[in-house]
Amino acid sequence: MTAGRLYALLGLLTAALFLASLTVGPASLPIGEALSALVAQSDGPATMVMREIRLPRALLAALIGGSLGLCGAAMQGYLRNPLAEPGLIGVSSTAALGAVIAIQTGLTYTAALALPLMALAGAGLAVLAILALAGPRGTALTLILAGVALSALAGALTSLVLNLSPSPYAAAEIVFWMMGSVADRSMTHVALAAPFILGGMALILPLGRGLDALTLGEDAAASMGTRLTRLRLALILGVAASVGAGTAVAGAIGFVGLVVPHLLRPLTGHRPSTLLIASALGGAAMLLAADTATRLILPARDLKLGVVTALVGAPFFFHLVWRLRGRL
Amino acid sequence: MTLELHGLSVTRQNGRNTLRDVSLAVAPGEFIGLIGPNGAGKTTLLRAAQGLLPASGTSSLAALTPGQRARAAAFLPQSREIAWDLTVETLVMLGRTPHRPSAEDAAAVAKAIAQMNLTALAHRRATRLSGGEQARALIARALAQETPLLLADEPIAGLDPAAQIATMQLFAELAREGRAVLASLHDLSLAARHCTRLVVLHEGRLAADGAPQEVLTADLLAEVFHITGRFTETAEGALFTPTGLT
Repeated sequence: MTAGRLYALLGLLTAALFLASLTVGPASLPIGEALSALVAQSDGPATMVMREIRLPRALLAALIGGSLGLCGAAMQGYLRNPLAEPGLIGVSSTAALGAVIAIQTGLTYTAALALPLMALAGAGLAVLAILALAGPRGTALTLILAGVALSALAGALTSLVLNLSPSPYAAAEIVFWMMGSVADRSMTHVALAAPFILGGMALILPLGRGLDALTLGEDAAASMGTRLTRLRLALILGVAASVGAGTAVAGAIGFVGLVVPHLLRPLTGHRPSTLLIASALGGAAMLLAADTATRLILPARDLKLGVVTALVGAPFFFHLVWRLRGRL
Repeated sequence: MTLELHGLSVTRQNGRNTLRDVSLAVAPGEFIGLIGPNGAGKTTLLRAAQGLLPASGTSSLAALTPGQRARAAAFLPQSREIAWDLTVETLVMLGRTPHRPSAEDAAAVAKAIAQMNLTALAHRRATRLSGGEQARALIARALAQETPLLLADEPIAGLDPAAQIATMQLFAELAREGRAVLASLHDLSLAARHCTRLVVLHEGRLAADGAPQEVLTADLLAEVFHITGRFTETAEGALFTPTGLT
């Protein structure tokens, strides 16, 4: 399959799932009515449901899924490791820590945007820590180790906050938030996250040629004109901005950044550059599908998106191990 | 272009000098064999010459911008890493990265694949090939870069005898066409047979530089390599044979 045809197919799939996401929900609106309510000049309940509830939800699912797919593909390409994922540099853990502190301290009740802003601050601190630890000229290995150290610290501090939580309600809220969801988000959340997510993606998308060259190792890539220091900086900033902002508004959503590049790699001829756009589209499609599934499987309960992606992603991992075992 | 190194030195973080004050010029038409025992500094020299390592002294290559350098010199690293299941053709196409996409790309790739005798394997996944075939694909990638200068770190290690000889003949041919090749080598016989000049590194220093018969003297072989060896005059020229340990 050519890259153009693959992009077109994935784009159509994403568009179809976006429409599906807009038309599935507890307020049972027929498809035509739902879509006309979205564009209608009215303040009726259908328009309210579409604009205030479903549209931000679908937009966030598409944006976050797209950025997770893209960041996963870019991290795997940079580290030349199919097990790499966007959370590896510690940004999602530190963003989650910022959000957890906002919930714990009650800041989130005094200011509605305190939670995402604290999470963004956490992601920003993570970038500074990663750059200070791994250095501007460091290798892939130092980046991984710095990310692991940072994730471990953020995880421990999150546990500490939960541990010291004064009321079980605050603890339960934190635990539920950490499961990850795009339900009940407003256009304000979209407006807050979208610039970071899109800006981060814009930093990563031009890295394709460099990631292709990195297939042959860092020295070979450098000898073919790749500016490794610059590529690494763009990658870290791009992943931090988009994943940090995604975590800030939706919590930690795992497995998308890991599984989507895996699934699409054979269709791209294993080229890291082709995989970038394909994984962005595939990630958007996967998260839209998963989020729509949460509403179809258990409509009465608030099934969390992160739970669904993990439930789908983990068996996929078993399959990978199984296949790997067969090859040895 | 001519590669010129002046007083190139590399000091590692632990304070050990792996390259000390090496000056060297590689001109078009030359196929230079960079020889020396393990740890003599061959890889360090090849990397420092391109600015891949922090070094003192000057290198005409390291002074260029990354883009200019990639069009001036191709580099074949010692580690033969192929991270993804690319086809041989796609892998060789990576060599065109420094160039503006053009109609010449496909021709350069096809030529490089043919030069390394890989045409039958062009659409196979490189990672499924044997080690020697992968090494040839990586050499083809460097050839496809079509640079005036080729730096190769142990290009024939792990190749079968036919591929070793073919690669050495190809590099000699590239030199005759006006390119310059600097390759680190361990096989002194092949180096003496095919290289126009040998450069000997010993403990980070330049120990000798000249025509094979001038360089591979009994004294140098004993001091640097701890071996004995001799040249035999044959109908095909002087052939070098290592004969034993000192």
